[in-house]
Amino acid sequence: MDWTLLIYKTVFLFLILLVTLVVAMYSTYGERKVAAFMQDRRGPNRAGPFGLLQPLADGLKMFMKEEIIPLTANRYLFILGPSIAMTTALLTGVVIPWGATITIGGREFSMQIADLNIGILYVFAMVSIGVYGIMIGGWASNNKYALYGAIRAASQMISYELAMGMSIVALVITTGTLSLHEIVEQQHGLHWNVFYQPLGFLIFLTCAFAETNRAPFDLPECETELIGGYHTEYSSMKLGFYLFAEYINMFISSAVIATLYFGGYNMPFIDQMGLAPNIVTILGTIFLFLKIFGFIFLFMWIRWTLPRFRYDQLMNLGWKGLIPLSIFNILATGVYYYFTELK
Amino acid sequence: MKALTNRSKVVSDKKMTFIEWIYIPAILKGMSITLRHFFKKKTTISYPEQKREFSQVYRGQHVLKRDDEGRERCTACGLCAVACPAEAITMVAAERKPGEEHLYREEKYASIYEINMLRCIFCGDCEEACPKEAIFLTDRIVASDYKRAPFVYGKDILVEPLDLNLRIDVSARQTESLLKFKQNKRFAHNK
Repeated sequence: MDWTLLIYKTVFLFLILLVTLVVAMYSTYGERKVAAFMQDRRGPNRAGPFGLLQPLADGLKMFMKEEIIPLTANRYLFILGPSIAMTTALLTGVVIPWGATITIGGREFSMQIADLNIGILYVFAMVSIGVYGIMIGGWASNNKYALYGAIRAASQMISYELAMGMSIVALVITTGTLSLHEIVEQQHGLHWNVFYQPLGFLIFLTCAFAETNRAPFDLPECETELIGGYHTEYSSMKLGFYLFAEYINMFISSAVIATLYFGGYNMPFIDQMGLAPNIVTILGTIFLFLKIFGFIFLFMWIRWTLPRFRYDQLMNLGWKGLIPLSIFNILATGVYYYFTELK
Repeated sequence: MKALTNRSKVVSDKKMTFIEWIYIPAILKGMSITLRHFFKKKTTISYPEQKREFSQVYRGQHVLKRDDEGRERCTACGLCAVACPAEAITMVAAERKPGEEHLYREEKYASIYEINMLRCIFCGDCEEACPKEAIFLTDRIVASDYKRAPFVYGKDILVEPLDLNLRIDVSARQTESLLKFKQNKRFAHNK
């Protein structure tokens, strides 16, 4: 047994878990700040300097709240719902390459927990299971608003997963691999996939918004119509888990977008600088996180700009807009590569 | 119909052009607007640390004035209480005993003078009604509290301190027009 590798992987796993949680925690703070700034307000600024302790205060509040399980709710499913939502949200981070290799004591370690050769499919599997958390929670609440939210979530996610999957098919045609690590390696230099697949990127981005239930696709929890949607009956930390899972999903989606389309940990002009490999790796990871934060900001920016869709508009866009467009994208990519490979 | 602003747009359900139909330019336009607001200077005033500039005639918490020798000006005539539209003022009058001349200006004074700050609407009618220039509204804010009882302000809060340096300045409210108004002999208390 390779003990050093095992220890390294364990430490790295916990590090990624910690980073994910911290980023998600501060996304809640960031969301409130961004919302405030876009509405000419100042946002939370009382807890600690610039309100930086606000997420801790919010978390503490969530823990202190009374835990209510409705009498008519299905107890087991009611608890299972948020657990699934949280678990699947955290699981996706496993396949994302957070950096190139790092050399410690003459040995190379990969900055990826598991380099699955079907990394993309794994991401999709986790995203699809994520909807179960919402569905089970909404169903178990035994509340019509929660059920409505759950139904909306399910149909929305199924509809947009199709277009998302097909935009990825076009990407796979371009890269010729399903492994996230290889996809990132191929984008070395400024050969980012977004330049080869601009339409695919746009479709993927739109679908990522829908998959994470973010505005303008936040119909499952749409306060104005459904009270709270699928988490209407939830309280205390179970509600916290749902809300937190949304932010983790946002972080992970940003990471996936950055990895698939924006070169992951690749930095432009890094080869010309002539730095030590370890420093290059660390710089790359920092750069990846900058990209991720950029996308998280984009998520928030969109949320505080666009109004929510009506439900039929949502379905129209999904089925009549994005799916034909993604099919066209696959065709165009296929035809292009068919003729260029022939030469 | 005449438009109220020059920004109004006529809405029609005409068929969208291709650019409108793909929505992306409109989305980008919206995002540019929100981004502009992101960097705008915020107009918020962080209240306890930072105070908004008050209007010269701001009417806040009342003060019961003393005269230059430190005697209370109020003579408990009750005109303020009568003038008060919210019925916030109550008082109990008492007679000045010999030897109390350094405390009270007139022969009668208010032994209890209470204003219920939850009832008060800060109209300033009490100030206008006062023939002795004893009650004034100042630019101080009535502090918040968790209970109702503390909002009934007694003489301990209302009467200004004896120390000349700690006296409450009410000159800001005494604008020229107000002073002129106070001299007007048409009003009963000025006769």
